Amino acid sequence: MTAPAGTVSARALPTSEATRRARARMLEGIGFYTFVVGFVVFCLAPFIWTFLTSLKGPTTIYDVPIRYLPTPPDLVNYLEIFGLERFRWALLNSVIVASSATAISLLIGALCAYAIARLDFPGKNILLALVLAIAMFPGIAIIGPLFRQFSAWGLTNNYLALILPNVTFTLPICIWTLTAFFSELPIEVEESARVDGCTRMQAFYKIVMPLAAPGVFTAAILLFIQAWNEFLFARTFMSQPNRLTATVAIAQFEGADMAAQYPWGQITAASIVITLPLVVLVLLFQRRIISGLTAGAVKG
Amino acid sequence: MATTARLTGRFAVAGMLGAMGRRSAQERADGRLGLLLAAPAILTILLIAVIPLAGTIWDSLFRLSLRFENAPRPFIGLENYWSALSDDAWYNALQITGLVAGVSVTVELVLGMIIALLVNRSFRGRGIVRASVLVPWALTTVVSAKMWSWIYDGRYGVANDLLMRLHLIDTPIIFLVRPEVTIWAMVAAEIWKTTPFMALLLLAGLQLIPQELYEATALDGASPWQTFWRVTLPILKPTILVALLFRTIDAVRMFDLPRVLTNGGPGKSTETVVLYTYNTMFTSLNFGYGSTLAVMTFLIVMFVSFIFIKVLGAPTQGARR
Repeated sequence: MTAPAGTVSARALPTSEATRRARARMLEGIGFYTFVVGFVVFCLAPFIWTFLTSLKGPTTIYDVPIRYLPTPPDLVNYLEIFGLERFRWALLNSVIVASSATAISLLIGALCAYAIARLDFPGKNILLALVLAIAMFPGIAIIGPLFRQFSAWGLTNNYLALILPNVTFTLPICIWTLTAFFSELPIEVEESARVDGCTRMQAFYKIVMPLAAPGVFTAAILLFIQAWNEFLFARTFMSQPNRLTATVAIAQFEGADMAAQYPWGQITAASIVITLPLVVLVLLFQRRIISGLTAGAVKG
Repeated sequence: MATTARLTGRFAVAGMLGAMGRRSAQERADGRLGLLLAAPAILTILLIAVIPLAGTIWDSLFRLSLRFENAPRPFIGLENYWSALSDDAWYNALQITGLVAGVSVTVELVLGMIIALLVNRSFRGRGIVRASVLVPWALTTVVSAKMWSWIYDGRYGVANDLLMRLHLIDTPIIFLVRPEVTIWAMVAAEIWKTTPFMALLLLAGLQLIPQELYEATALDGASPWQTFWRVTLPILKPTILVALLFRTIDAVRMFDLPRVLTNGGPGKSTETVVLYTYNTMFTSLNFGYGSTLAVMTFLIVMFVSFIFIKVLGAPTQGARR
């Protein structure tokens, strides 16, 4: 019995076709993951390099040619910056300013967002335009009068001088995020609560706020990051060494020993410490942050 | 989207009822409550933004220096504005801001689009990619500027080390000393920080495009290139416009990065409009003229947003960064 040659090749053909496809898919997969890894490295490399530098002692940090890995890792930079009173104050100031601004902005913004989402009131379109304008507003356009007014009132070097502008400039994101959340809650829940005898305000804080808690939380993260990173006002309204926020402190960093070389070890360590709260937030709440950030933009 | 439609529907109904004659007591009560709830936000914006803006405009009409206390501050009308129009330093700042904004936003858009198109599928490790995208975005600009000035360091910088190891250069580049190099070093730092986020926004837009649409165009025999230009891009247009609007305005307002990375130098080669304005106010203490420059910056921002919103039709209902 001779198997017809045609049959063999007919059987072989699909097999080789399949292997070719599998190989193509594998190559594509390798290409794809190479790209993904490259992209992740692109995003993280400066941060990782800063981290590696911060673990180097004063002798290895200025080695030429560069030694990439800190062997052995040295915590001296971290010990030194936490030994600086100014730096400890800066962290505390940033925490106070950013969290107060976040809390106040959430309170004011939640009320406003609820009104926008649920109530029809005169001047609503003007308000929406105003909020949009604030989102694009250049801080430099108001810094002069604020500076003079705060100086006249003795508010410079006072937390309030930073909290107020931070509240104002975080309001747009707060209002947009929360309006989107409130609008998505089923209105029937509120209506039935009101049928049961709740006033609108009772329905708001008893029914709507608990349901919107995830939205409030998302907004809180976004606002905190924005306030934590603020630089222009912080640099202008605070001048006493113990009143600087972390961003200003790091911009003006002189290190423990002012006569020494530019203290890159301490600066990189301080950078890591200042960034750490943000990175932790990002890692824990990435889904929330992304949905909060992109929802409005893509819904149009 | 459904929410927006429902909301508009409700407003339309309310409007019709209003047009039909008397507003019900409930509607009036709602209107009052709405105003009451929005009042704290409106007051904050008025007190901290609108009134100070008016103050800046007012100050811009005076010769006003903070250098000497009780110095005379004569009213000079629009003289500061005429000075600005013949101020070489201002034109220089304008040019630099335009160049930096134009180049960085364009590169961000192209790179962001490529990344978004490639990553628009489900794969293992998405979470890691998502988290790492957010790191440059969340990072404080001041910290990022410090990181880059360490990377660019002429002697110990890792940028030079890598370029030399790859044999792309023979001698170290002193990145932050030569104007024609410094400005691009700054643009690179800006692109690094903002491209991932651009990719993220575009990706979110891409994910709203139904898969069936691609299948249909594939059946019609369209090439991937045609599909991109004829299907993807038109649908993505609103997302792109919003992203471009906010990124362009951010670039026009750029202050933190040049202030910390280069402080406008070498010379004035990286002095952006806001940095020049700031220095005029707080270094030269020339408040009247500085206020004029601040008003001009404000007008530029308004002009850019007008172009995007009215001319190009960027949707801004609930737009955000």
